[in-house]
Amino acid sequence: MKTREMPNVLGGFLGWFYLAITIVPIYYIVVTSIRPRSSYYSDNPLSIPTSPTLSAYREVLAADFLSYFTNSVIVTVVSVAVVVFLSLLAAYVIVRNRSTLTRRMFDLLLLGIAIPLQGVIIPVYYLIVEMGLYDTLWAIILPSIGFAIPLTVLILVNFLRDVPGELFESMRLDGASDWKMLWTLVVPLSKPAIITVAIYDALNVWNGFLFPLILTQSSDKRVLPLSLWAFQGSFTVNVPAVLAAVVLSVLPILAAYAVGRRQLVAGLTAGFSK
Amino acid sequence: MSTSTHGAGASAPAPAAERVDPTASWRGSRPRGGRNGVGTPGPSVWLAVPALLFFAFFAIIPLLGVVVLSFMQWDGLGTPVFIGADNWIRVLADPVAQNGLKLTLLLTVATLAIQMPISILLGVFMAGTQKYRAFLSVLYFLPLLFSAAAVGIAFKALMDPNFGLGRAFGLDWLNKDWLGRPGLAMPALLFVICWCFIPFHSLLYQGAARQIPVTLYEAAKIDGAGRISTFFHITLPQLRNTIITSSTLQIVGTLTSFDLIFIMTGGGPGDATRVMPLDMYLRGFRAYDMGAASVVGVVIAVLGLLISFLLNTLSGNTKMDSQMEGA
Repeated sequence: MKTREMPNVLGGFLGWFYLAITIVPIYYIVVTSIRPRSSYYSDNPLSIPTSPTLSAYREVLAADFLSYFTNSVIVTVVSVAVVVFLSLLAAYVIVRNRSTLTRRMFDLLLLGIAIPLQGVIIPVYYLIVEMGLYDTLWAIILPSIGFAIPLTVLILVNFLRDVPGELFESMRLDGASDWKMLWTLVVPLSKPAIITVAIYDALNVWNGFLFPLILTQSSDKRVLPLSLWAFQGSFTVNVPAVLAAVVLSVLPILAAYAVGRRQLVAGLTAGFSK
Repeated sequence: MSTSTHGAGASAPAPAAERVDPTASWRGSRPRGGRNGVGTPGPSVWLAVPALLFFAFFAIIPLLGVVVLSFMQWDGLGTPVFIGADNWIRVLADPVAQNGLKLTLLLTVATLAIQMPISILLGVFMAGTQKYRAFLSVLYFLPLLFSAAAVGIAFKALMDPNFGLGRAFGLDWLNKDWLGRPGLAMPALLFVICWCFIPFHSLLYQGAARQIPVTLYEAAKIDGAGRISTFFHITLPQLRNTIITSSTLQIVGTLTSFDLIFIMTGGGPGDATRVMPLDMYLRGFRAYDMGAASVVGVVIAVLGLLISFLLNTLSGNTKMDSQMEGA
């Protein structure tokens, strides 16, 4: 796709047109969140508010938003840490231990990528209730880990396969244990893949809705996406506040996008791009 | 972020794109792997067990469990009781469930028909080297950062019949009760789903389009091929595998789409947007008829698995294929 003699006018036009489709709703979210509640019903929805205010944000923060935020952080950090650690162990075994057993394990994990979580949510609910974990943060964390493992292992396996086997062999000959090899060889070498896959998993858990909806109930166990839904129910006549909550929920990811756009984009398509 | 991370990032995307092609590395490493494994003992299999247990417990067991539960009567609280094929007979004859299947199929075909051409064009457009395209790409990706809950809520406000889009643009035909009228709710949802997921698929096409060898385009240019002819004769055929991957993800994604629809319409008005995942949720967690909900769950799971396998076998060059090879 090198530059041509004639600029692609039609392409450029459609490109800007699609930008408008993308940006207008996002712009709407932001301007409405700073619009005074009283002028929501009278202003043009896309006009810049004449007297912008942060009162919607104050209302949201006063409505326990920070505790939902904290829940989301806990759930995301714990899930991602466990997923990445366990998947790295598994990937290390799958790449370096070439028995039939490990191959069968890998086959099973690959099957897991195609299992739609929506289809099996009822048995997951049953298991969580039976384990006595219903309405705890663990009820979100544990299944999130289980469903993130297959793709995470696959991505790490594909990465680790490119590490020359001689590195492992020579360390082994020097008498290094599995554990030592893991920390001095596998972890440092697979750092880029770990970052990519951790971002992918973190986004999924952070934005996840179905597990929290079905497996938790009380407001002190609420995570952000669920709290947005709850805000919408309780602030029906206060649209600026609901949209302020939306802005606050996306801020951490937006910050990550601003700082590490490349990693984030790589993370988003991890495992699917060719 | 530190410079070392930045350095890793700067070099990450291009190699990562190659690395995550499972088949390539699988094929490539197999013969080599055989030799590598001989010299010294590999790591203990036990290290892989925790990951496998987690996955088996929360994914494999539920996959079997949903089949078992579909033959049981359970209200979500007590102990499930075996009742044979009753749920199946009841649900399969239920017009609401049939409607759910119909709506899901409709939505799947419609999202594919809209998303595929737009994401291919957008992806190829973004693969261009022009500065303004790089700038546009940064903004195109913004919808990917929002949770489905956030998007649903924002569009619900935007589609308000009195204070939404119609008022913003002064266009009366936009002042409709988009989510409250049976005939309009589905098209409205379709628009929002596309808004959400086109960026992701464009991203896949962008990555793939960038890997098309420049020499192909140069040859076409020498042959005097125009822009449109080049697109159809070089770009599209070269994107074949990505088209298959992207379609699989779109089909399975639509089959399982729940969050957005749940937030925006809750399956309504009436049953106008009660697609299968919504139908399952409403039966299970609103009507406490877990047996019937499990029937719908089995259909979703089986369709999802089948479509993934089918399309990946057809493509002959993607994820599931490496699984076939491994077996």
